[in-house]
Amino acid sequence: MTAVQPHPAEPSPTRDALEVGTTATTVARGRSRVPWRFLAGRAGFYLFTLWAAITINFFLPRMMKGDAVDQYLSRNRNVSPEAADALRSLLGLDTDKSLLQQYVDYWGLLLRGDLGVSLLHGLRPVTEVISQALPWTVGLVGFATVVSFAIGTIGGAVVGWRRGSRLDGLIPLTTFLSTIPYFWLGLLAIALFSVTLGWFPIGKAYGVGMTPEWSAEFVGQVIHHGTLPAATIVLASLGGWMLGMRNMMLTVLDEDYVMVAQAKGMPNRRVLWRYAARNAVLPQIQSFALSIGFIVGGTIVMEMVFSYPGVGKLLLDATNAKDYALMQGVFLVITLSVLVANVLADVAYAFLDPRTRQTEA
Amino acid sequence: MTTDLRTEQAPQVRTGPTAPPRVTVRARLGSAFAMFRNRKSITGLVILGFFVLVAALADVLAPYSPTQVDHTARFEPPSAEHWLGTTHLGEDVLSQVIHGTRGVIVVGFLAAIMATIIAIVVGVVAGYLRGWRSESLSALTNVFLVIPGLPLIIIVASMFENPPLVLIAAVLGLTGWAWGARVLRAQTMSLRNRDFVQAARANGEPLWRIIGHEMLPNLMALIAASFVGTVTAAILGLTTLSYIGVIPVNTYNWGTILNWAGAQGAFRQNQWWWFLPPGLCIAAIGVALSLINFGIDEYVNPRLRSAGERARAMRKRGLDVNDPVTAVRTTTSAGDDA
Amino acid sequence: MSDPLLSVRDFSVTYDVDPPVEAVKHVTLELRRGEILGLAGESGCGKTTLAYGVQRLLKAPAVITSGSVVFHDASGEDVDVHRLDAEQMRRFRWDKVSMVFQGAMNALNPVAPIGSQLEDVFEVHRPGMSRAQRREAVAELLEIVKVGRQRARSFPHELSGGMRQRVMIAMALALRPQLMVMDEPTTALDVLVQREILRQISQLRHEFGFTVVFITHDLPLLLEISDRIAIMREGEIVELATAEQIWTAPRDEYTKTLLSSFPRLTGERGVVAR
Repeated sequence: MTAVQPHPAEPSPTRDALEVGTTATTVARGRSRVPWRFLAGRAGFYLFTLWAAITINFFLPRMMKGDAVDQYLSRNRNVSPEAADALRSLLGLDTDKSLLQQYVDYWGLLLRGDLGVSLLHGLRPVTEVISQALPWTVGLVGFATVVSFAIGTIGGAVVGWRRGSRLDGLIPLTTFLSTIPYFWLGLLAIALFSVTLGWFPIGKAYGVGMTPEWSAEFVGQVIHHGTLPAATIVLASLGGWMLGMRNMMLTVLDEDYVMVAQAKGMPNRRVLWRYAARNAVLPQIQSFALSIGFIVGGTIVMEMVFSYPGVGKLLLDATNAKDYALMQGVFLVITLSVLVANVLADVAYAFLDPRTRQTEA
Repeated sequence: MTTDLRTEQAPQVRTGPTAPPRVTVRARLGSAFAMFRNRKSITGLVILGFFVLVAALADVLAPYSPTQVDHTARFEPPSAEHWLGTTHLGEDVLSQVIHGTRGVIVVGFLAAIMATIIAIVVGVVAGYLRGWRSESLSALTNVFLVIPGLPLIIIVASMFENPPLVLIAAVLGLTGWAWGARVLRAQTMSLRNRDFVQAARANGEPLWRIIGHEMLPNLMALIAASFVGTVTAAILGLTTLSYIGVIPVNTYNWGTILNWAGAQGAFRQNQWWWFLPPGLCIAAIGVALSLINFGIDEYVNPRLRSAGERARAMRKRGLDVNDPVTAVRTTTSAGDDA
Repeated sequence: MSDPLLSVRDFSVTYDVDPPVEAVKHVTLELRRGEILGLAGESGCGKTTLAYGVQRLLKAPAVITSGSVVFHDASGEDVDVHRLDAEQMRRFRWDKVSMVFQGAMNALNPVAPIGSQLEDVFEVHRPGMSRAQRREAVAELLEIVKVGRQRARSFPHELSGGMRQRVMIAMALALRPQLMVMDEPTTALDVLVQREILRQISQLRHEFGFTVVFITHDLPLLLEISDRIAIMREGEIVELATAEQIWTAPRDEYTKTLLSSFPRLTGERGVVAR
């Protein structure tokens, strides 16, 4: 038996399905590159979560003993009537109305952007107080988290690639660092670098007596003051990213397409980054999205340790002073930020993983 | 063939040809706990056991009562009488640390037990059921996952004057179950489609038996890992909250010790004997729990375990596991390379 | 047609574990230019190890423990594959010898469009080409294998199994290699698609003139398409003859057993009715 003879000269009388292409193979013009279905599903989820968070916030003070909040309001008599009304609604004291009515009024306040007034901060609107503190937190957390994620992921990729090398020792080291409580690491950092060595200031975001402005000196101060908190956050969270990425790399390196890439004669660097790491990073992004809530928790503590004027410190001060309106407002804003960050992470994931997009047939 | 069977086995086998040997639940659970039989897990368990012992025997081990005040020795560095020095009031730091272990262990484990039970119930049920029931449980899990835990705990804790330990543990547990539930749901969903589960369902096994006898042993590794992770999170959460001062400072745990140390300026005055030991203890327990989790990880995913070891074993033979080109070790061909 | 392309002499591969496993034992084989050589045998017989081994594609703990592999390039030069260092090996790969893997779910990078996976072959091996030239070369390849140039931007998960296999063939063809090793290229596909793929391979071979080593456990398939067939068992070649000879006059007992284990369409047991 000889090999099947090809028939290059004669076209088959009926167009072969495999020549034209089955329905699955014809390309639809203008097929969307944006994963609408995926994003819509995620958007739906986040709206639901937002609603849940707001509802929790609504019920929280109403589940607690009412007298503490009552005392709080009665102590402060400089509040204007409208503000007092708003506070009553926010804090669950308007028990003269039906629960449904309370809920509706609560939503009304939120949609108007009225979160009450802060008694701790001289009766200024809560929204104003929070919006002053928020940029500091976002800046510090955002910067530190991105740096940590980047270093951890890249490091994890390299450690996973070079299995069995001495780099493997990095994993237990960074994991150890991440089991140390944030705040203790921060305190140690202060004790060592600020008190003993005097390299960095002890706390705050900028020097005493300075006013925020866009000058080189101010920016310099911000960087100087922010180094220690940022470094602590990076060190403490590095371990998780590195471990996760390295584990994913080990799984991915056994996949067929990595072997095919090497058989194709691709240089090692290309195989590592474009074939292996590019795939291993996808679950990392998912876990990043999920861990944002935890990251926020750590930052709150960090701000307290370093007296950094962000929303975390705001929350703690409010807690100590029993400024309930501010507490609730901060919680809402924090939740909202976490949701936004989650959305961004999901969008990034959707664009990085082509399998989320609408496929044909 | 049936005749052979009848001569070999006792006449309980009445139905059809060979029946597979009945693996007892105990045997299956025993193999499920094999995850703890590696070096990392054992090391972690030993360290953890040490702390549990200290917590249990605190009264016996501590040289002084934690509130016992020695007016003559304040702010003193470690000495023969006070191995870890004294606080600003003259209390013995070592005794405080020892007694503090109790609060940490109790709250940590209690919170983790609560969280894990919720996670198992929600996760396995969500994974086993289908359709809107599964989806809604999953949505619930994700909501709890996304809502930031620590701010919520801070707010809740602040609304109580003197929250008892159990309440704290409950709050920590209620905010920490979501991760485990999510993982368990995913694993249950994949298990559900496996043959042995399908066979059990076809056999008419009741639901509780399917979940209890067929699925749970296979989920043990994940449940254990999730439990360990939650203990870590709960301990970190407790100590952090204590340090912040949200949890009142009349309970003893390592976090409150650090709170006092901070309040008294120990960090600024470099009184390391006061603030180092509690932190190191937290870190030590954290390391122990991570080791246990590493051990479980490697059991679940054998690639992780062998990857590093295999590579090192190869290196001893002169082979590089990462080399994309096969090594040549012939005696005839001159100029061997790679 | 009959001058040698690849001379494999006394070739052995051992897996250096405890205890060591000899996967390929002293195989001698001369591959002739332009032929289709089938490599058949049951699972674990070493056919894959042999085919990967001569290209040095095996990873540790596999070690080549004896023999030589010499590639007789069309330019007249003889390449001792065992003497190449890592960089030379990397350049040798795909340019002289390429492989067609099973195009199953995972052989293509899931996050990159297939066009870029074809392009990077040119990027790495033909640095002189401009981007436009590369694009055009990729489009041409996709047309040759009848996938269509408009598919260059598709992702692997958007293609059917048959199309993925064609993409793998296109990829192997990219640098016009002299030898193509095909590792069970049709095993995961249904029979109609199988036939089309095989037809395509034949057509391409006649057009471009490369030599093929076809690895499979499907002996009847090899009987149809190969010029010569090598039967392997436990690391050794037990019989090497033309397809016709294997079909009509198999010499080795094992060959006969293998032939008789494939059922006939007409219901009698054994392909070879004796």
